[in-house]
Amino acid sequence: MDVLGMDTLDIARWQFGITTVYHFLMVPLTIGLGILVAVMHTMWVRTDKPEWLRMTRFWGRIYLINFVLGVATGLVQEFQFGLAWSEYSRFVGDVFGSLLALEALLAFFLESTFLGLWIFGWGRIPKKLHLAALWAAVIGSVVSAYFIIAANSWMQHPVGVEVDDATGRPVQVDFLAVLTNNTALAAFSHAIVAALMVAGALLVGIGLWHLRKRRLAGRSPEDVDHAVWRRSVRLGGWVSLAAFALTALTGDWQGKLMYEQQPLKMSSAEALCQTEAPASFSIFAWGKLGDNECDDVHSITVPYILSYLAHGDFSTAVPGVNELQEEYAAVYGETYPDDPSFGDKAGEPIDYAPVLAVTYWSFRLMIGMGAVSAGVAAYALWSTRRGRVPTSRIGVYGSLLAVGAPFVANAAGWIFTEMGRQPFVVHPNPDVAVEDQVWFFTAQAVSPGISAAEVWTSLISLGLVYGALAVVELWLITRFVRAGVTTGDGHPAPEPPDDDAARNDRDDDVLQFAH
Amino acid sequence: MDLQILWFAAVAVLWTGFLLLEGFDFGVAALLPVLGRRTADRHLMLRSIGPLWDGNEVWLITAVGAVFAAFPGWYATWLPTLYLPFVLVLFGLIIRAVAFEWRHSHHTEAWDATWTRVITAGSLIAALGIGAALGATTLGLPIDADGTRVGGAFSGLSWSALLGATAVLGFSLIHGALFLALKVDGDVRLRARAFALRWSPVAALPLLAWAGITHLRYGTPVTGVLWLVAALAVVVAWARIRLDREGSAFAAWAVLLVASAATIFGAAYPVVVPSTIDVAFDVTVADASVSDYTLTVMTWAAGVGLPVVLGYQAWTYWVFRKRLTAEPVHEQVTGAHA
Ligand code: HDD
Ligand code: HEM
Ligand code: HEM
Repeated sequence: MDVLGMDTLDIARWQFGITTVYHFLMVPLTIGLGILVAVMHTMWVRTDKPEWLRMTRFWGRIYLINFVLGVATGLVQEFQFGLAWSEYSRFVGDVFGSLLALEALLAFFLESTFLGLWIFGWGRIPKKLHLAALWAAVIGSVVSAYFIIAANSWMQHPVGVEVDDATGRPVQVDFLAVLTNNTALAAFSHAIVAALMVAGALLVGIGLWHLRKRRLAGRSPEDVDHAVWRRSVRLGGWVSLAAFALTALTGDWQGKLMYEQQPLKMSSAEALCQTEAPASFSIFAWGKLGDNECDDVHSITVPYILSYLAHGDFSTAVPGVNELQEEYAAVYGETYPDDPSFGDKAGEPIDYAPVLAVTYWSFRLMIGMGAVSAGVAAYALWSTRRGRVPTSRIGVYGSLLAVGAPFVANAAGWIFTEMGRQPFVVHPNPDVAVEDQVWFFTAQAVSPGISAAEVWTSLISLGLVYGALAVVELWLITRFVRAGVTTGDGHPAPEPPDDDAARNDRDDDVLQFAH
Repeated sequence: MDLQILWFAAVAVLWTGFLLLEGFDFGVAALLPVLGRRTADRHLMLRSIGPLWDGNEVWLITAVGAVFAAFPGWYATWLPTLYLPFVLVLFGLIIRAVAFEWRHSHHTEAWDATWTRVITAGSLIAALGIGAALGATTLGLPIDADGTRVGGAFSGLSWSALLGATAVLGFSLIHGALFLALKVDGDVRLRARAFALRWSPVAALPLLAWAGITHLRYGTPVTGVLWLVAALAVVVAWARIRLDREGSAFAAWAVLLVASAATIFGAAYPVVVPSTIDVAFDVTVADASVSDYTLTVMTWAAGVGLPVVLGYQAWTYWVFRKRLTAEPVHEQVTGAHA
């Protein structure tokens, strides 16, 4: 059934893409800011300096507002594979489900339980235990990222399985191989440092804005609040710079793996149509990128660099999209099998190249936005050196705007990874002999029983809900951020709770969820 | 084979654990307009579940995850067949989660009242929807030989779904009231107890009916005994409420759920999704299961992980064990919670 020219498959793909990218707006902030808040809390416990406590409270509050939305949108993810992608779920069931279940058992329980303890534990449990609760929650987030990325990386590079002759499905034979998949190790380290970039940029942008505002209002640079913002900027700036260097390193690792595992994805990222030796890196491309007409693409290139990215030297040939397309077609077929499980696509020719415009530009957007963020961090560190406070309107508002840059980079990274894998949902692993490979086309993955109208309904209603959530969320965070450390509610900033007095009369109060 | 039984049991335990824990926070949320006459009462009620609901919800995620992990054929049949109902459940869970957090992010009465109502609405939708889905998966869905739905978007919703929905809601309401009776003091405690005394016999009926029907359909003598235990638990719970023994009433009410769930899952085994079209199309544990290797891996992981999880969850309950009162809250201190 077609609605607006889109079949169930197309709508389901839009739905998955939109909901996952949305979820991944919250995720990197949770991971990155979680780590930084835990560091701030640790500094407070060790040094007893009031600015660390206020930082913990202020950034911790933003962390929590964001966390809840991460939980709410994550729930949708957990059901989605079954709802719209049941054939996919059947196919990968032997590997994929266990990773999701372990994520819940080993990570989500840790996160949610200890976060509850941290929120409600102020003054109620001993200081060090309270700090440990936060670390436990943060470790939970990182572990969760590991499992889910291991699951995703298995779709990119399926290891540790054999093909079951009766069903044609993969059966797991080596769980350790799935957990130590090199694709997963690379993607995990890349995503964690990318998450730190998000948190770093937030600290820098908001910190600079407050510093400037206080300076213009003539407030004293001696008091605690000044120290709060200054330390935030310095911490955020250094974290951003270091994390950017690490995303480049880990990204390079991913790129090299990709050339072995999914060469077509990398060549598409470069819009490299013909095989080149040595291959050049493209900086800007124009022509018929959007139509996937590779021969009409022109681009400005830097010689040798692509050979280096792919192979670590400056001369080896990098295969082009045209040549790879033919290789894929020879092995995996010119057309989809003429089988009802392929729906409208049955018997149609297969286009093995992903949408070039998307892979090409998302790859550049990811790196470019990361670089913007690193540039802003460098500016922030420079302009606050030796106690200075920047007053440049452009510099400070630019930094505030640049808070969004690493979010965009993260989303672009995933769009590149996921759309670059098309038309496969499980991409064959080239290290394995062809007859032992497992692969699965996206066209076969969708649930057969559901109608396009149903998926439209869910896409539109989830879209509306997500849109409304974004509006309220941004409004709340903006209000809170503007108010600064003296809390969003006009309450004076809290004093450090002293543990003895706290014991008795706070038992009831602490049960109030943070405001 | 043995591992399949073990994992069927594990899935049953996870769903039971979920209903047992999230059941009381669903119940408390649903009772907000009933028992919370004053704003302070409602705040008190919300405080009683504040630190716990998120951890409870992870039981749902784990239960769904375990169905996928151990029985992908179950997951891939059940969810798409009830596509829109499940989307509605997600909708309820989303608005509920954000409402818990946003309610106190801005201080006006209208704001607070609105999000409090959203918590109630979201919890009702979620409890009813999950109940409907569970009822349908134990009593039958219209699926063909491939596990694909026959009929339109709502063909999965029949009387069995309605039964499951009311059963979960009925259980949760009393469970929530008894939780409040145990957890808070003052007016709310009294009203909660009165509510439980008055309504518990009625509220238990759909759950007992659901368990009874599954037993009559597929049951064994063992599930018959389990059903009797469940019925007895209602009587005991009611008698204990009358004597103001909230603790043992709460425990007896929990026995109602555990015994009913044991009856239902025990009778249904080895079928995980019965087909209302033809018994030959029933999805069984053997059809739906993953390989023995994968089950073994998960058994090890869960064997190590689950006791640890249970340990620290129990510990948090202990940390927050104190009875709550509706005394005015010192804003100064609440401001201190990061
Ligand atoms: C702040 C965010 C950010 C930044 C600055 C970068 N990346 Fe990235 N990138 C991501 C955020 C990201 C991501 C969202 O985290 C992805 C998606 C999947 C993943 O693991 O990481 C990703 C994927 C991704 C992939 C695809 C892996 C695959 O398909 O399997 C490659 C090759 C790179 N990145 C390479 C780089 C390089 C060479 C960078 C050099 C500066 C870089 N990334 C910066
Ligand atoms: C959280 C970060 C992720 C983002 C932002 C993301 C993004 C996307 C996008 C944009 C699509 C649509 C692709 C298309 O229509 O061509 C997609 C598809 C998909 N992704 Fe991801 N993805 C993420 C993580 C994952 C993970 C961790 C998994 C598995 C565990 C996964 C599994 C899938 C599946 C099953 C599809 C549907 C089939 C398809 O259309 O390709 N994704 N994802
Ligand atoms: C598409 C596949 C994904 C699924 C099925 C999924 C599932 C979930 C679920 C169910 C939750 C809620 C947990 C709770 O209630 O506490 C959640 C939250 C979370 N997820 Fe995802 N997730 C996906 C993608 C990712 C990726 C790729 C990462 C990390 C790189 C990630 C990291 C997290 C983190 C850190 C949280 C904590 C809450 C927050 O984000 O604020 N998830 N996810």
